Formats: sequence, structure tokens, C-alpha cells
Amino acid sequence: MTEPLALRSQAETLAAPLPALLAEAEHLATTVLLGDHGRRRAGVGDTFWQYRPAQPYDEARSIDWRRSARSDANFVQDKEWQIAQSIILWIDQAASMSFTSDDNLPSKATRARTLGLATAILLIRGGERVGLTGLRLPPRRGEAQLMQMAQLLSLEDDTDYGAPEAQGMLPHSRALFISDFMGDMAPVEAALLRAADRGVRGALLQVLDPQEEAFPFDGRTIFESMSGTLRHETLKAGDLKQRYLNRLAERKDRLQHLARTTGWQFSTHHTGESAANALLWLYGALERHA
Amino acid sequence: MWSIGPIGFAAPWLLLGLIALPILWILLRAVPPAPIRRRFPGVALLLGLTDDENQTDKTPWWLLLLRMLAVAAVILGFAGPILNPQNARDGTGNLVIILDGTWAGAATWQAKIDRVDTLLSEAALADRRTAIISLTDLPIGDLPFAAPTEWQNRLPNIAPKPWQPTDAAAWFADKTDSFETLWISDGIDYAGRDDLLAALESQGTVTVFQTPRQTIGLRPARFEDGQTLVSATRTPIGNATETTITAIGLDPAGVERQLATVPTTFEAGEAVAETAMILPPELRNRITRFEITGTRSAGAVSLTDDALKRREVALIAGRDEREALELLSPLYYLREALEPTADLIDGAMEDILLANPDVIILADVAILTDIEQDGLRDWVEDGGMLLRFAGPRLAASDLGRNNEDPLLPVRLRSGGRSVGGAMSWGEPKTLAAFAEDSPFFGLPVPDDVTVTSQVMAQPDPTLADRVIAQLADGTPLVTRKTMGDGQVVLVHVTANAEWSTLPLSGLFVQMLERLAVSTRSATPDAAELAGTTWLPNRVLDAYGRLGDGSALPGVAGELLGAGTPGPDLPPGLYAGGDRQLAINVIGKDTMLNVAQWPARIAVEGMAVTRETALKGWLLAAAISLLLIDVIASLAIGGRLRGPRADVAAALALLMLWAPEAQAQELDDFAVRATSNVVLAHVLTGDAETDEVAEAGLLGISQTLFRRTSIEPAAPLGVDLETDELAFFPFLYWPITADQPLPSREAYGKLNRYLRSGGMILFDTRDADTARFGSGSPEGRKLQAIARSLDIPALEPIPSDHVLTRTFYLLQDFPGRYASRDVWVEAAPPDAEQVEGMPFRNLNDGVTPVIIGGNDWARAWAVNDMGGRMFPVGRGMAGERQREIALRFGVNVIMHVLTGNYKSDQVHVPDLLDRLGQ
Repeated sequence: MTEPLALRSQAETLAAPLPALLAEAEHLATTVLLGDHGRRRAGVGDTFWQYRPAQPYDEARSIDWRRSARSDANFVQDKEWQIAQSIILWIDQAASMSFTSDDNLPSKATRARTLGLATAILLIRGGERVGLTGLRLPPRRGEAQLMQMAQLLSLEDDTDYGAPEAQGMLPHSRALFISDFMGDMAPVEAALLRAADRGVRGALLQVLDPQEEAFPFDGRTIFESMSGTLRHETLKAGDLKQRYLNRLAERKDRLQHLARTTGWQFSTHHTGESAANALLWLYGALERHA
Repeated sequence: MWSIGPIGFAAPWLLLGLIALPILWILLRAVPPAPIRRRFPGVALLLGLTDDENQTDKTPWWLLLLRMLAVAAVILGFAGPILNPQNARDGTGNLVIILDGTWAGAATWQAKIDRVDTLLSEAALADRRTAIISLTDLPIGDLPFAAPTEWQNRLPNIAPKPWQPTDAAAWFADKTDSFETLWISDGIDYAGRDDLLAALESQGTVTVFQTPRQTIGLRPARFEDGQTLVSATRTPIGNATETTITAIGLDPAGVERQLATVPTTFEAGEAVAETAMILPPELRNRITRFEITGTRSAGAVSLTDDALKRREVALIAGRDEREALELLSPLYYLREALEPTADLIDGAMEDILLANPDVIILADVAILTDIEQDGLRDWVEDGGMLLRFAGPRLAASDLGRNNEDPLLPVRLRSGGRSVGGAMSWGEPKTLAAFAEDSPFFGLPVPDDVTVTSQVMAQPDPTLADRVIAQLADGTPLVTRKTMGDGQVVLVHVTANAEWSTLPLSGLFVQMLERLAVSTRSATPDAAELAGTTWLPNRVLDAYGRLGDGSALPGVAGELLGAGTPGPDLPPGLYAGGDRQLAINVIGKDTMLNVAQWPARIAVEGMAVTRETALKGWLLAAAISLLLIDVIASLAIGGRLRGPRADVAAALALLMLWAPEAQAQELDDFAVRATSNVVLAHVLTGDAETDEVAEAGLLGISQTLFRRTSIEPAAPLGVDLETDELAFFPFLYWPITADQPLPSREAYGKLNRYLRSGGMILFDTRDADTARFGSGSPEGRKLQAIARSLDIPALEPIPSDHVLTRTFYLLQDFPGRYASRDVWVEAAPPDAEQVEGMPFRNLNDGVTPVIIGGNDWARAWAVNDMGGRMFPVGRGMAGERQREIALRFGVNVIMHVLTGNYKSDQVHVPDLLDRLGQ
């Protein structure tokens, strides 16, 4: 727990989900931070990395005289490479994400926000610049960015299914899309292809409710989308199960295929599972190319 | 009322509703089950999927059938079905209900009263004046006519009596009213029943209520050939049946209990069944009554009196020195005389004294050992009767020669005398008539009893009082003296025919009887009873229960002689003098006969077939069917699965039975305690202490969360009496001076907790004022609490204890106070420090207790704002102390959760490194 935020979350009994979301995300992020730091190679940065013998191309002022005085050769102090990368997040805020099958489970939106924000915290702590897609929040460093991001993320969208925006992506930056990918696939496809064109790579995380994966329905049922615009009536829901599951698998396959062609990473996460696993995967997926 | 078979309908026209059922079938069939609306984001994937064509949208037939049945049950239920509808008895005029009221009906008395109640209800409807008469308890005066409702109130007061009606016909003879008679018969015949029937018929019609029911009675037990014969009798109808007869009496402790039981079998059609009960005399003499098991009537109880009691007589003869002929045995005639009426015991004197017989007969025994003599004296003084016979050995011994022997009534002269023999003068002596104060007074003296030899009594001042029989010449033949509660009797002749012909005569037997050696004949004859008065001791009621009879008046002997119980002579146990006489309902020749009625008399059964309204049952069935329908509909509609299905299922179940809420509460506690690591503190009952303890544990929990991989949930207070301790790895127990001691059960829980690896941190919170072991109030309370706890030997924390290095390296364990007196389980005595090692190898369990007084909770405590609740010390030094206190807390929890992990030698290099060595 980071002290001031935790204190604020305790002290201010705000109804707004913002500080609680942040605190939760912080908590989640600490589980990863303990294991992995730094970039582990020499480069431009502030912290000491290693002494190496001075090379002819090294400027004289870069020689570390204190170290060189202890031996005959000249040494140069290398700093650890600290390069800032821009990462753009898109977290689906559409109505379909607010679905939860059980009071004990978080909604898909909550899980997606927590994961996104935790990733952002990790990345900002690692010195990266993080922002949101669609020019809403250009990538920036610093803790203040997190507050703004949390504020923006806690907004909700009225549309049934969200579509990613590919605007505002810097060339060769990284991107993270978190959604249930239940809606139309065309915007997703377009956004991914556009991103690939700009050399942007990243990760797709599909967040699903366990019920969406299991389809445990039977009997005469009218299925409605979260905002009620779409509806489908069936007399025997049990019969639809296999066909629904086939379609879901098909969709996952398509996303997987899309990710492979564009050089992205794809994974599915269920709200019934531990968030830490998903965060670990996200961290690994974003770290891989950083 | 319209009826089908045994079922009548109160509103039969409602049954027409059943015609509507097929229409309902068609209507219901056309309506498919209502759809469920579900929010489901995956609907996008469903669009375009169609149902199978053959999927029906109609209700399945079995569900329809279920609903049809429910509706049919409702229709039938409201039509008011009644099983066994009753048609009321009609009639007018006066009504007399007669009850036999004998013991034979006691077992089914309640049924009879219920029947009478029904009859009265009917009479009340017809508005008839009614009288109820119990034949065994005839009212005085005229027929007690009253309103039936009034009689219904008086019904509980009518009780059966343990005898049979006697002169009922005479009582009815002078009644002039005309009335209809309903006669509730007990089912057995008795004298005068026909006369009574004739008398009643002259007044009006008679209807009899009688069930063909077997009545069983128990006849008095008798003693024959060494066994007790018990016989049961019954009305001779029916098949072979088996009953059990129980003998009941007082055990040596004076408690009434079953002494023996025997099964008795009635052959088919037989009226009497007899069984022998073979009982040891000791047991038999204890029997106070016999009962037929499981029958509640006076006839099934048979009280015993003296007739069944038999005296125990021990026979001891002097040692036989010769191979004697049997007829010469000193005991032969005694045996012959006593065997029919007494129980004889043989054996050594010691064994006999242990058996405590009523009488001991010593036939020509002169020499007794000291032990035997003392034993005999004690026994006589306790009420025993010692009967001695003289003989050659007694005559030859010096027994009672100079001093009176305690076991002889008189002093004896040496040698005795012989008269009328071949070597002596004179005729054999005959007996003189018995004096008036002699117990033998009245017995005729036969002429043929002669005495040829006898031992002679020394003339003493007391001799005259002690003689109870003498010869014609005035020499004593039988002498007696009392000793304590008992008596010693000496017959101055032998017990065989050697010295006299007395044992050959009938007088011998009578004399033994008069001496109460043998048992008197069972029943006293009328002559004996004349003029005597007997007092009821215990009396039987009709149900066979024994009650105290001391409040009842005495009964003349003549009445007792007749032996027939009646209002003047209730059956029971009567005492007169030293004798007891039992009057039983059933005599030894009583036969039980079924009451037979002439053909003109209507006989009805007792059984009232009750009206049973079936409406409730049918409606309940309809509701259950509808409940099943609810569940089935939910299942078909898919509502028993999917989201919120648990709610639907719970509601469905709720309709069938109510859940138990309390278990849920316990579960909640268990879930809270086990879903995460939870630190717990013992609730002391002092609100402030408990609050501080909770705040302290919250503080240490937060510290653990921040600094270590332990992430405890919010701490819990634990009530030792009600809560389960096994969920918690660690208990913090602040000691207050006035907290109550745990109960026995709580101690059991605590000891189980300590043995199974839990840890308790006892904090007396007084280290600022008291040293460990000194008598602060908290210290004394801790001693009191710990007295019953399973705590091992303790020592102050040694500097190499694992607590000093489980997470932080510590040597001080301060809380709010910084005393060094903190005690833990002592190290094993054989733990030794290896050269070059910083600590001993102490690889054993976690210390079950830590005891100290440093008030750690206050040092750890945080308030709601996250700030520290209590100051520690002053300035930076105080903050340092608090930091060390927190580190101690971290170490303790680490120790609890990791055990002696840090004691392992694997860590030695690291620790050495960190210790700077």
C-alpha cells in the first residue's frame, strides 16, 4: 500500500470508485514490482550500472577519475539504461463490460479497469509514459497521470459494445487493448491493422465473465444486451449452448489470428480468476518488446 | 349427506366441478411457460441462431397431470369429504347408562368412558334426561337423572372398582320410572346378572355394548413340592396366547423390583394356564405380589400372604460315629415332620449362620467351638430360635453342669435317667397335660407317648418358669428361655425314637408347629377367624395399583373368611396379630366366563368409528402438488439454472422447509477467520482493554502487511466460551485483574489449542510497576488462569532463542514498557552450543506461550486515522522503542507461522554475516 493514497482512501469516504480503484490497482501492482526491476543494461539513465574500461570514443569528461585512480587504466561509469516508452491503453467502457453473473464476482469493467490501471502504475514506476487512446490523455509520466487516467477510466459509455480508436498512437509505441471483444469485430480489426501500420505493437486482453464462457441457460429465454438494444428469443436455451460456444471459440481464434499477423499478444482472462495472473501476463507481454 | 362407500360428502354438488377438468386441460395445454428475460452480453453471438423445429412450446403432459391432480384435490377437498360419517342414535324418553364398573373393564376404562361420552353427546342432541350408574358403586336413593351435559362433566369421577356387582337387581327392583337402558358391559359374567337384566327389561328396552375381549386374571400362587405354582385364568375364548407372570418383592435394600418372570401359555380354548416358578427360598420369601405383565387390572395382581412364606430350618446333628441305620438317625423324624412345611438347610455351622435361618435345630450336639458358640449367641439374640434335642452325647458331656450354659435353658444333671427299661424299675413315663401358660396349651396328649430316658434339669429358682412341658411325674420335658429377641428351647429327649415315642406321634408335629418351627397351615379356618378383627394394610384399586389401607376401617374375621371382595372388603393385604392375610380379586377356583346375552338383546361393539374430515388432507395434498408444480415449472423454464438460480432454488426450498439461520452465523465466523490469516485476541469483558487489543492487533497486522509477505485480514475478538479457537494461529490475551476464569469447556478448548500448535501471548500489561512473578493483581490473575492450562516449563527468552531472529535480529522485546522479563518455553536441557555456532540447535516446536507484561498492544495500537493511539517513551528514543516493539510483533507472528525455520543451521552463514561475525 502506498501511504498517501491508502490514507486518502481510508479517510475520504468517497462514493466515487476512483481512489478505491487506484488503491486496488496499487495493491495488485505491488505483487509484480517485488520481482522485476530495471532494464538491466547500460544506457542513458541516472542510476549506476557498471564501470568499464574507457574506449577511444569516450569523451574525457566521462572518465570516472575516482575509479581510474585506483588502477592504471581509465574507467568510465555506465548508467543503467532508462528509456521511456509510450504505452497507449484502450479499456472498453461500453455497457457490455458492466455485466457480472454473480454478486461475488467483479464486473468485467471493474476487472478491466483494475488491470489497466495496475499496468499503468507498473509502467509509470518503470519510467514509461502512459496514456489513453483517442487523444483523451496523451502519454505522460508521473503519478499525476495516474489520477487523471483513473478519472477518465471511471466514466462509462452508453453504447452496447465498445470499439477501439487507433488515433493518437505514436509510431513504434506500445498499446494495450482490454475488452470483451463481443461486439462487431470490424473496428477492432481496423484499429489493429492501423496500429500495425504504424509499427505499434502490444497486447489484446479479452476479459470474459465465467457465465459467458459456460452458457448455463435452459428453458424459454429472451436474451438482451446490457442496454437492451439487441435481443434474441429462444424456446430452449440449452440447445443453443454448443453453437454459442462454437461461435465464441471462433471469435477467439479470429482474435488470435489477428494478433499473430500484427505481432500482438492475445490472451483471455475470466473475472472468476485471479487478477494477478492476468497482470503478470500483461506485464510480460508489454515487457517482451520494451 | 351423500356418500360413496365409507366416504360422505358435505357439499356433493361441488363435485360437478370435476367435469371442468378436461376443459382446463385443454386451456392449460395451450399456454406455454413464460419466458425469462436475461441480460447477457454474449447475445451478439447468438443472433441468427434458430431453435430446432421439433421443440414444443407446450406444457409437458406430466406437469399438466400434476396441475389437474392439484385442482381435483381442491375440488374434492371443498366438497367436504368425511370418512365414516356418523348417523346419530335417535330415541326419546329417559335414558339410563349402566356401567359394569368392575376390575375387568379397568384396562379399557378410557374407551368405555369415551363411548359413554359419545352416547351422552347423542342424548344431549335428543334432549333426553340421563342417569349413569356404575353397578359396583350404586348411588343411594333414586335414579340420578340429570342433563347429559352435566353428566359429561362428572364422567371423569366415575372409576371402576376392584370387585363385582352384588345386589344390583334388588336396587333396581323398586325403581318405578320407565327408561331405556344402555349397558356398557365389561364382558365377564357374574352372579345376579340375569336378574338385573330382567329388572331392566321391565322398565324399557336394553342395549348392550360389549367387545369380545379376553380377560385375564391371576390366581393366588401356592407352594407345592418345592416349587411355587402360579396359575393364570382367562375367559376361555381365543387361540393359544402367552402371557408373562412377574413376581415382585423388595430387594435387600428395600427397593421394590421384579424378582422373577415366567412365561405362561394358554392352550387354545383352555381357561387356565399353570406354571411352576422355581425360586430359592430367600427370594421366594421376599415376594409380595405376582402380576401379569402388561395388564392393568386388579385381576392381574395376586397378593401373597403368609401362605407362601416358609420358614427356613437348619438341621445339625452330632457327628455320627457309627454307620447308623437311617431310622436311627437323630434327624430322620425331624425331617419327616418339617419337610412338608419348611425349607430345610444342611451344612456346616458357619455356612448356616450366614444363611440366617429362622430356626436352628441341634440334635444331640454337645460340643461347639468358641466361634460357633459366639455366632449362635449373636444369631439367637437377633431373633433366631435355637431348638436343641438331648441325646447320649449331651448326657455324657459336662455341658451346663455347674454353670448355666448360655445356649441351654437350664442346668443339667450329669447322666440323665432311664425309667422303665430292662435294667431299671418303674414304668415308662407319660406326658402331663400342658399348662395354661405353655405354648402347647390345648394340644391333646395321646396316651401312647412314653418316655424311657431323659436328661434331667438341675432344680434352679428359674426352672419352674422355664418348663413348658413336663412328664406326669413333674420332671421337665421341654424347657425354654428367652435370650435377646430370640429363644433357646431344649427337648430333654432325643429327636429319634430311642428315648421316647414322642417323635412317632402326631403330637410331635403339632408341638413343632406351636413352637413356630414349622409353618402354620395357609388359610385360617372360620373357627379361628371368628371374633377377630383384621386391619387393611394395603388395598388394591381396580387398576391393580396398591394403595395405603390404613385409613380404612377394620374388617371382621367372618367377612374375611368368606374371601369375596366387595365394598366392605376391598381386596388387599389384611393384618391381624402376627399374621397377614391376602384378599385377592380372583380366588383359587375362580373361573372367568364371557357374559352371554339372550338373542332379544341388541349387542353393539364398543368401537366408535370416528368421523374423519378429509378436507384438510386433500387441501394439503393440493398445496404440496402445487409446490411441486412450482419447482417443476422453474426447472422447465430454466430458472433453476443460470444466474440467480440459487435464489430461485432457495425460494423453492424455503416453501418446503424453513432454513436454520444460526448455523449460517457460525459459518460466517469460520469463513472470516479462515479465509485469510487473522490475528485474534481474547475478549476479556473489559471494553477498553478489548478495544486496545483490537487496535494493537490491527497495528501489527498493518505492519506485517507492509513489511512482510504476511497479509493478515482485520483482527477478530474471540470469546473463549463460544468461539472455535482452532482457526487462529495466534491469540493475544491481555490480562485484567477482574476478568472471569474460563469455564471447564473453555479450558478444554484452550489446552487442545496449545497442544495442537497454537500460541498465546499473555500480556499482564504491568511491567511499569511490577516484575515478573511479583504479586500484582494481573500477575495473580494470570497465575489463576494458567493453573489449569497445559503450559510447559518456562525460561526468560535466551539470547539464542529463535524469536530473536525470525525476521528481525532482536535482543529486546519491549512494548509500551521495556521490561526484559519475557518468558517462553524452556529449551530442552540437553541443548548444547556447538563450537563456532551463534546459537544452540533447538529444533523443536513453537513455544506455546509467551508471557510478559510489556503492554505490547498499546505500543502497536493504531486508531481509525492510522495514527498511533498511545505515546511510547519520549521523543526519538520512544519512537525507537515503538519500532522495536513492532519488530517484536513481526518476529512473534513469523515465529508462529514459520516455526523454527530460522533455527535451521542452513541459515547460519547468512545470520553470521548479518551479525557481523
